[in-house]
Amino acid sequence: MSEIIKPENIVYQKTKVLTDKVMHYCPGCGHGTAHKMLAEAIDELDIQYETIGVAPVGCSVLAYYYFDLDMQEAAHGRATAVATGIKRVMPEKYVFTYQGDGDLAAIGTGETIHCCNRGENILIVFINNGIYGMTGGQMAPTTLSGMKSSTSPFGRDTKTMGNPLKITELVAQLAGTYYVTRQSVHTPANARKAKRALKKALEYQKLNKGTCFVEIVSNCPSNWKMTPVESNKWMEENMFPFYPLGDIKVPQQ
Amino acid sequence: MKELKLMKGNEALAEASIRAGADAYFGYPITPQSEVIEYLMFKQPEKITGMVVLQAESEVSAINMVYGAAACGKRVLTTSSSPGISLMQEAISYIAGAELPCVLANVVRGGPGLGTIQPSQSDYFQSVKGGGHGDYKLITLAPATVQESVDYVKLGFELAFKYRNPVMILTDGIIGQMMEKVELFEQQPRITEQFDWATKGKVRGKDHVIVTSLMLQSEEQEKVNLRLQAKYREVEKNEIRYVTYNCDEEIDYLMVAFGSCARISQKAMELARAKGIKVGLFRPQTLYPYPYEAINKLASKVKGILTVEMNAGQMVEDVKLAVNGKTKVEFYGRFGGMIPAPDEILNALETKLIGG
Repeated sequence: MSEIIKPENIVYQKTKVLTDKVMHYCPGCGHGTAHKMLAEAIDELDIQYETIGVAPVGCSVLAYYYFDLDMQEAAHGRATAVATGIKRVMPEKYVFTYQGDGDLAAIGTGETIHCCNRGENILIVFINNGIYGMTGGQMAPTTLSGMKSSTSPFGRDTKTMGNPLKITELVAQLAGTYYVTRQSVHTPANARKAKRALKKALEYQKLNKGTCFVEIVSNCPSNWKMTPVESNKWMEENMFPFYPLGDIKVPQQ
Repeated sequence: MKELKLMKGNEALAEASIRAGADAYFGYPITPQSEVIEYLMFKQPEKITGMVVLQAESEVSAINMVYGAAACGKRVLTTSSSPGISLMQEAISYIAGAELPCVLANVVRGGPGLGTIQPSQSDYFQSVKGGGHGDYKLITLAPATVQESVDYVKLGFELAFKYRNPVMILTDGIIGQMMEKVELFEQQPRITEQFDWATKGKVRGKDHVIVTSLMLQSEEQEKVNLRLQAKYREVEKNEIRYVTYNCDEEIDYLMVAFGSCARISQKAMELARAKGIKVGLFRPQTLYPYPYEAINKLASKVKGILTVEMNAGQMVEDVKLAVNGKTKVEFYGRFGGMIPAPDEILNALETKLIGG
């Protein structure tokens, strides 16, 4: 056995860009996989020592414990403003934010739009699970019509509660965005695709062509009150039709 | 090279930020301080010193950009006026909690609400007693001249980095808008030091740097608070600054005023002394830390103290704390953008203290 465990025989190992800290995420939640895909992308590009990340307020508030990167914690919704501050004084670094739907598309909508409109050369990773996870399952800007949450217990009534917001399509309209795509991480194939998108977005950062925006449609088994498998199925059947996967804006050749 | 110039307060402050070797300014226009960002945009310091100047979409965004850049160990500042400073309070609390250095300037206008664009000192409480949430303190400098607005930018950065704490320059629409002779200090180099606490990309062989104000465990959050409090005690021990006028001689009365109000009170003092009233003036230059002891000592030798402010009576509470019942403390103020005239102050001195 011991003669097999040698560096030259390794076919897979945990990326060094993730720490050994035990994640607090619920079983079956997409955050863990999304973290891993982003960390592997950073690892494969060999930019661990040149990357600064910004964690949001929300479920991924403690993301700075899991990425072995220099990280800052932003106030709720302000991650892209914080990242702007970082990138402007350290333009040679790779800078990313990792934000949920409440953070990015409700309280931080203004910062999101203006950051993308200025074309800040950063990567925005947007986790959309249609709900406020950390605070216990309240309605998010991305909560689907009719979808139940603790603040829309009878389902989201779009007449009184507004419509689910497709902020990714919205930022794709802005001249400042360079690459905008929507991915998921619920199957190995999708996770690999998401990693490719994240890697591309990080690479583009060196071109100084504008903001790269990667949405990852994800699940929330705890607050959707489903098993992880049920939640992934529900996501495919309900989230994907409204938030279709694929590139929304690709660099023009 | 040092330089003597006639400059508007806001423009002088902006020039001082370039000369202090600032790395970045993030701001949003608001009267009466828009000249700061206008001056910086016109000067294009990015081409001279490399200093970044960016107009944000709001004060909320501007101050969060300050947070991000300050956490990289850079010299960063923003300026605004009262309503804009109110919008910044959440992030100022985060900056204090994460122990980041930065310089802020509030060119105060009258409130509450949208208030007026005329000068005021009504943000005293906001600056020295809190503003945002949680137990934190802003080192607060109160310039009374355009010269001090310039000098306090440099001093502000020194104190901000010495204590890793936000520094507030609490000025007002008078000082921001008036032109005075000013000696500009020579160009300082930008920071090259790589701080252990700053995010700059993980250093090989070292732990990754995390800048946060979040400690979910109460025991840990209490430790953060204890560390902050210990720092504030150091600030209180080392950084008290004030100026006195005629206080070394025999006086019967004392006036206490800060910023532009101290300039007017100085004139009132001269008028009073011409009438034979033995009065001195005490001008705190730091509002936090506050010169409690110095005022307490002077309280022993006077029959009464008049606090003069362009607000409804805010610093007077600190004067009362300092005096601790030793002598009578009266207040005179104008607010909502009104500026007291020297003869009004003299009248208040005569009716509230001497005749009272």
